[in-house]
Amino acid sequence: MNIQLRYFARLRESFGLDGEAMEVPAGIVTVAGLLAHLAARGGVWAEELANGRVFRVALDQELVDFSAQLHEGAEVAIFPPVTGG
Amino acid sequence: MSKLPSTRISVAVQAADFDLGAEHAALCDGDRGIGAVVAFVGCVRDLNLAADVVALELEHYPGMTETALIRIAEEAAVRWPLNGVRIVHRVGRLHPGEQIVLVLTASAHRHAAYEANTFVMDYLKTRAPFWKKEWTPDGPRWVDARASDVGAAARWHQVVSQRYGNDEHD
Repeated sequence: MNIQLRYFARLRESFGLDGEAMEVPAGIVTVAGLLAHLAARGGVWAEELANGRVFRVALDQELVDFSAQLHEGAEVAIFPPVTGG
Repeated sequence: MSKLPSTRISVAVQAADFDLGAEHAALCDGDRGIGAVVAFVGCVRDLNLAADVVALELEHYPGMTETALIRIAEEAAVRWPLNGVRIVHRVGRLHPGEQIVLVLTASAHRHAAYEANTFVMDYLKTRAPFWKKEWTPDGPRWVDARASDVGAAARWHQVVSQRYGNDEHD
């Protein structure tokens, strides 16, 4: 399954990139699984995506909770809580 | 969720400043059913927490931002009888004193216009993908989300269930 990842604001700066294409390893089907996979990269990934850190996930530009199912071609964005207005 | 078909909704995410008078006129244009328009204009302050803010940088998620703003306006239109909703949010680099956000809500009556306007801002602050970075003499820092903003958005669930919940005589 191929997805497109996007990062914004503080996470974009921490990760040092604004997005990446990824072929998701077999067996990962939810946002939670994807987050664990990214955190397993270690370093800033483990730090920013650790349990207890607060961030949001949008799947195809809709806010979702971490149980949301991934699909081929999905756009998954990870970002800090929003601060507009 | 189906919105009232009569509500005209428009949103804009832009670097340019906006003109309240022009936006107001555009929203009301030709609609003689409007009895009340409430306008909220948010401005950039020069002080947040401890540091002097010399500039504010607004990042957003192009595509999702517009969709999220439309969704919020539609949700307001489901809850209140609204003739129109207009949301303008600026992005990019802004300075203290500049306008940053505009919410216009138009209705036949003032209560709907007032309440819907507050609702839109409360939801915008928790659901629209904007992020503020403050520039201070000590360098830049990302603004943290406030728990009070989450609480402000959440209270609408209670308000609505109390007023329009199971008791039809309420």
